[in-house]
Amino acid sequence: MAISRRTILNASAKISAFLVITCFGLCRAAAVELSGYMSAEYRYSHHDALFSSSGQHNPSMALAPEFYTEWDNGEQSLLFSPFIRVDGEDAERSHADIRELQWLLVRDDWELRVGIGKVFWGVAESQHLVDVINQSDFVENTDTEDKLGQPMINLSLFQDWGTVDLFVMPYFRERTFVGRDGRLRGPLVVDTDAATYESGAGRHHLDVAVRWSHSVGDWELGLSHFYGSNREPQLLLNSTATALIPFYETMHQTGIDAQYTRESWLWKLEMIRRETSASTFFALTGGVEYTFYSVFDSDIDVGLISEYLFDDCDDVCRTAFEDDVLVGTRLTWNDVQSSELFVGVIHDLSSEDMAWNIEASRRIGDRWKVSVEGRFFNVDTVQSVLYPVRRDDYIQLELARYF
Amino acid sequence: MRKFLLLALLLLSPVVMAETPEEKGLAIALETDKRDKGWQDSYAEMKMVLRNRHGKESVRQIRVTNLEVDGDGDKGLTVFDEPRDIKGTSFLSYSHSLEPDEQWIFLPALKRVKRISSSNKSGPFMGSEFAYEDISSFEIPKYSYLYLRDELFNGMDCYVLELRPQYQHSGYTKSHVWIDKAEFRSQKIDYYDRKDSLLKTQIFSDYQQYLDQYWRAHTMTMQNHQNGKSTTLQWDDFQFKNGLNDGDFKKNDLKRQR
Repeated sequence: MAISRRTILNASAKISAFLVITCFGLCRAAAVELSGYMSAEYRYSHHDALFSSSGQHNPSMALAPEFYTEWDNGEQSLLFSPFIRVDGEDAERSHADIRELQWLLVRDDWELRVGIGKVFWGVAESQHLVDVINQSDFVENTDTEDKLGQPMINLSLFQDWGTVDLFVMPYFRERTFVGRDGRLRGPLVVDTDAATYESGAGRHHLDVAVRWSHSVGDWELGLSHFYGSNREPQLLLNSTATALIPFYETMHQTGIDAQYTRESWLWKLEMIRRETSASTFFALTGGVEYTFYSVFDSDIDVGLISEYLFDDCDDVCRTAFEDDVLVGTRLTWNDVQSSELFVGVIHDLSSEDMAWNIEASRRIGDRWKVSVEGRFFNVDTVQSVLYPVRRDDYIQLELARYF
Repeated sequence: MRKFLLLALLLLSPVVMAETPEEKGLAIALETDKRDKGWQDSYAEMKMVLRNRHGKESVRQIRVTNLEVDGDGDKGLTVFDEPRDIKGTSFLSYSHSLEPDEQWIFLPALKRVKRISSSNKSGPFMGSEFAYEDISSFEIPKYSYLYLRDELFNGMDCYVLELRPQYQHSGYTKSHVWIDKAEFRSQKIDYYDRKDSLLKTQIFSDYQQYLDQYWRAHTMTMQNHQNGKSTTLQWDDFQFKNGLNDGDFKKNDLKRQR
């Protein structure tokens, strides 16, 4: 069997530590630019845990520096951004990752990126269907917006008729899952060390992807195809029924994303068709974002977001969003402290289940930022994938120092 | 002969030939615009100092690259360096005279390029007293013009014009602009809000000339008369004709700004 995930993590932490030390040394010597943040976080869970022994209080710290240097008149550069978290409760959430370690070569009509990188595709807010290159760092946040660094070679070609991106990904990153002592999990822990693959090559399967994207007047368009290991594993019972085992299928996924921007309206659509040897499914996210600027002669902007989430996966893959609606509002104060507030709820149309999300942030001085995040679940449907986490409502306070 | 030359000059000069205040206002605006043509592309660093009514300061640091577009608004690429929590955020804009601008923003934490609405003309730029429309590129069709009077400002003989925005979503009914007769540079602007009361005054200073033609104010101060706050822009390191082209102002370019 291949190396366990813990070994990878240790290796990743060691490489990070080595590179950080080397970089700090280099920073003094050469023109290496250092930026990033460190943060302290406290998460309070409203209820006692259903499945784990963890309490209601969870402190945690993270460090995310970024080293950057360029040469050749800025046409070549190297970027290194490791990430380290130490969690007070969950050993699985204490983890290190290399988010980026990438060499970039810039030419007039093409760019080449080699190393570990991060890529975002898509236009929607509620979920990111077409965004398939990077694995989600699920222990960081269940909103799938934190990503693990993906080893890749990425060639971008710029043409009058759009940009073509080609990706070759020689190494697979497994999804992180909450451990025995963490919240936001089901009765069985996911045994990430026992992950299995449909492909015989396992995590060394050569994944490939191609994407065309273009701006045409008021339209932003994207068309993509991915072939490789599905970033979303199926979770299977192990032989003794004591844990879940991630199973990574091989898939073909075609995605379309489009945004139409007119006045204060943004119209968004993402669609995917995913084909594995076991099944084929279709999913869609579509909606609008409308912003009232400078409401009541103040500086405050009020944005309204509504998206519809659909997939025809039925009970086969048990996704969270089969027939759901997101309704949300984003308040932007446009003040010196860049104060922001987002409140949203995803409502399952086939039941009364709801998941609430609150995010707020504000700068303090020039270097500090305080953020609040809250997740609240009203879930009564036993069949729902959110049912196991129905008692894991939390509110989290984070204080970050940027440098 | 001398008299003839003088007459010819008078005939050629649109400023003097103008008859109605509207025509004279437009002629001055056209001359201002003409004198700033041909810089092709520019780069500058800008430090923004925000002051609240108690004098408490907050600083932003940005870099701005512009591309001159013939017959349309300029293209602009802005990179934010400070405050540090938004470091690496970059903003791309294709401005147009009367059609809505096209704008994209890059959010480095998510690596996401997002097309955004450009309807927000009157909102504050980075929490400052400058609105987006105050810092967007000047194009003749954006306003109607009216010559008001001649007036001395800081010892300079100036024209005073009234500009009324012709584009949508402006936060102003009008602005009054003091333009010096010697070099056709904006020296002062009074902005009047939607209720037609004086909202802000912008003062331009530390002008320097580049390439023997282009005047750039190195200091711009915006005083808000209604909330007591002010913002000072300190421009530095102007560079022109760097050989940039359309390809340097694509949304893909947002991702690798540093």
